Amino acid sequence: MSTVPGRGQPTPYTRGREDGPVRSICEVLAYRKIGAYHQLTIVAPDIAARATPGQFVSLAVEGGGTILRRPFSITGVSQHGPWAGTIDVVLDVVGPGTAWLAGRSKHDVVDVVGPLGRGFPLPRQPATCLLVGGGYGAAPLLYLAAQLQHRGHRVDLLFGAKTGERIFNAIEGKRQASSTRFTTEDGSFGTQGRVTDVLPDIATSTGAEAIYACGPMGMLAAVAAQARERRLPCQVSVEELMGCGVGVCNTCVVPYRRRDGLANVRACYEGPVLDAKRVVWEAIGTTAMAGEPVEQGDAS
Amino acid sequence: MSAERRPDLRVSLSADPARPLELPNPIVTASGCFASGREIDRFFDIGGLGAVVVKSLTLEPRLGLPTPRMVETDSGMLNAIGLQNPGVDAWLANDLPWLAERGVRTIVSLAGKTVAEYRTLAERVRGQPGIAAIEANISCPNVEDRGMVFAAREEATRDAISQVTRVSAVPVFAKLTPDVTDIAAIAAAAVEAGATGVSLINTLSGMAIDVETGRPRLGGVTGGLSGPAIRPVAVRAIHEVHRALPDLPIIGMGGVRSVPDVVELIMAGASAVAVGTATFADPFATLELVEGLPDWLAERGYRSVRQLRGAVQA
Ligand SMILES: Cc1cc2nc3c(=O)[nH]c(=O)nc-3n(C[C@H](O)[C@H](O)[C@H](O)COP(=O)(O)OP(=O)(O)OC[C@H]3O[C@@H](n4cnc5c(N)ncnc54)[C@H](O)[C@@H]3O)c2cc1C
Ligand SMILES: Cc1cc2nc3c(=O)[nH]c(=O)nc-3n(C[C@H](O)[C@H](O)[C@H](O)COP(=O)(O)O)c2cc1C
Ligand code: FES
Repeated sequence: MSTVPGRGQPTPYTRGREDGPVRSICEVLAYRKIGAYHQLTIVAPDIAARATPGQFVSLAVEGGGTILRRPFSITGVSQHGPWAGTIDVVLDVVGPGTAWLAGRSKHDVVDVVGPLGRGFPLPRQPATCLLVGGGYGAAPLLYLAAQLQHRGHRVDLLFGAKTGERIFNAIEGKRQASSTRFTTEDGSFGTQGRVTDVLPDIATSTGAEAIYACGPMGMLAAVAAQARERRLPCQVSVEELMGCGVGVCNTCVVPYRRRDGLANVRACYEGPVLDAKRVVWEAIGTTAMAGEPVEQGDAS
Repeated sequence: MSAERRPDLRVSLSADPARPLELPNPIVTASGCFASGREIDRFFDIGGLGAVVVKSLTLEPRLGLPTPRMVETDSGMLNAIGLQNPGVDAWLANDLPWLAERGVRTIVSLAGKTVAEYRTLAERVRGQPGIAAIEANISCPNVEDRGMVFAAREEATRDAISQVTRVSAVPVFAKLTPDVTDIAAIAAAAVEAGATGVSLINTLSGMAIDVETGRPRLGGVTGGLSGPAIRPVAVRAIHEVHRALPDLPIIGMGGVRSVPDVVELIMAGASAVAVGTATFADPFATLELVEGLPDWLAERGYRSVRQLRGAVQA
């Protein structure tokens, strides 16, 4: 038995219960550059078997005095064929952790905890679903699209980003949907503008009955407002800074109208997928939800 | 490892026969780093830990501070959660029964805004089945003293702790802040007020600035520093208190990740060791310390973890 957890363990080392999340030391099976993003395919049979779309994994990173894991949406799992038992994650390099991960290549080892969080609830009746993604927010939606199609729902995709190379995996998107639309802020790909500029038209022309969205908080708030206007059910996958990813630190909170009243719910535990109409969008990052006046000092 | 050579991990955290506290092993969770217990119980049976110290509870439910609530710093992190918690009554109704049912040794952490609130909190938890001890978190602001942290002053420490010890039937630990000049004097004040032991250390007060925007990186502006960066501060604080008060049980904490880290705090004078931030990086951190400690001791010929307490040759 090793005294340093995880070090020197054979791969794949997995620890956890019969169901729920596990910790696995996993081999990277493939690395691929997709536009501005990096995709890792990781051998994680237990996580692949347990995951549902919208859930995420947290990866340990090294270097630069980092101590915390980094959360990433699962963008696909393979259960059959030569890639059976693998999961895919997509990285946008924004800091030391994502830079370290993007430097991994085939046969390198990564330390993964997952699957974590609440995934997307699927419609009970056959439905026409509009999936709206911003930047790498498209990642979990591709996994969702595959599952919705498999269950006989109609899927339309609307992906937006700043530039064309930040539209994640347009080719894969086209394969998984009845229709696809892309918007870029610089007009380098698809329609110039934002997803919310074209969302009303697409929702009308496709006859959307449900909206699923993932992307930056500002985009989610705007999509949620449009869904509300049209009285469409809307599930959003939110992003908040995460300390632990497993529900114990209360870092990742989102103001939310629960059935029993207002609460700060954890994006990593009650979320990341939340009901858009219950999120108190205007209170995010403000003191509106602080139970006490903001007091300085040792208030941990 | 044969059964008879397996080192003894049991520790006692109380010198008071009327209020004993025996743990099967010295590894416990740090307050605010283990939520309700259910979250980590998804990974393993938390009943195997020495004890679970729960998030500090206040009289009323608290929503906490606005985000961002966390920033990673070199070998550590700052947090400004603002004591978000469901309130003592909701915890007693919803969370304690679950812990008690599983036989988890539960240490309840209480945080008051005023001296009187500590008494009310202690009364609420008194006699509740399944509570092994109280940790009075007095490293929080006293609204009657311009927000000065109770544990920053000997008098306020005495006032708050005596409110708890007066009504409690279980051992009481005073959780102290390291942001003081003489932590041994504060510990002595807690003992005078009847504390069974002390928990050392709470987070250090800190701050980080985003230099691109010129804004503080935490919604609460300042926050508490935890993780490996603070371990030397913890070792020093534990050493000072143990040297001044050798018989006083100490729950040590601050940046512990590995078995040698646990041993370091015990050698400084801790009777038990709490693990906080390390659980964020690895949900199995506490369990793996419970599992790894016997081998470390056996490999070096120690028969009991108690042998190591205060063993530093300083
Ligand atoms: C549920 C969820 C799913 C995500 N999915 C993806 C994905 O599929 N692809 C992708 O590229 N990114 C994703 N992110 C964002 C990703 O986690 C961050 O970009 C990453 O943690 C940054 O780490 P860093 O060390 O490179 O950057 P730094 O900014 O240096 O990170 C410092 C600290 O802040 C945290 N942090 C920084 N940005 C974020 C953020 N946006 N969200 C959460 N924590 C953050 C880090 O975890 C770390 O603790 C997701 C975030 C969440 C919460
Ligand atoms: C996110 C977070 C929340 C915390 N909340 C509390 C709390 O509610 N009450 C308390 O007494 N200490 C709290 N602490 C302090 C820890 O219990 C512990 O004293 C400190 O973090 C040092 O240990 P560590 O380095 O192992 O985390 C908190 C720490 C963190 C990181
Ligand atoms: S990140 Fe720790 S509770 Fe969600």
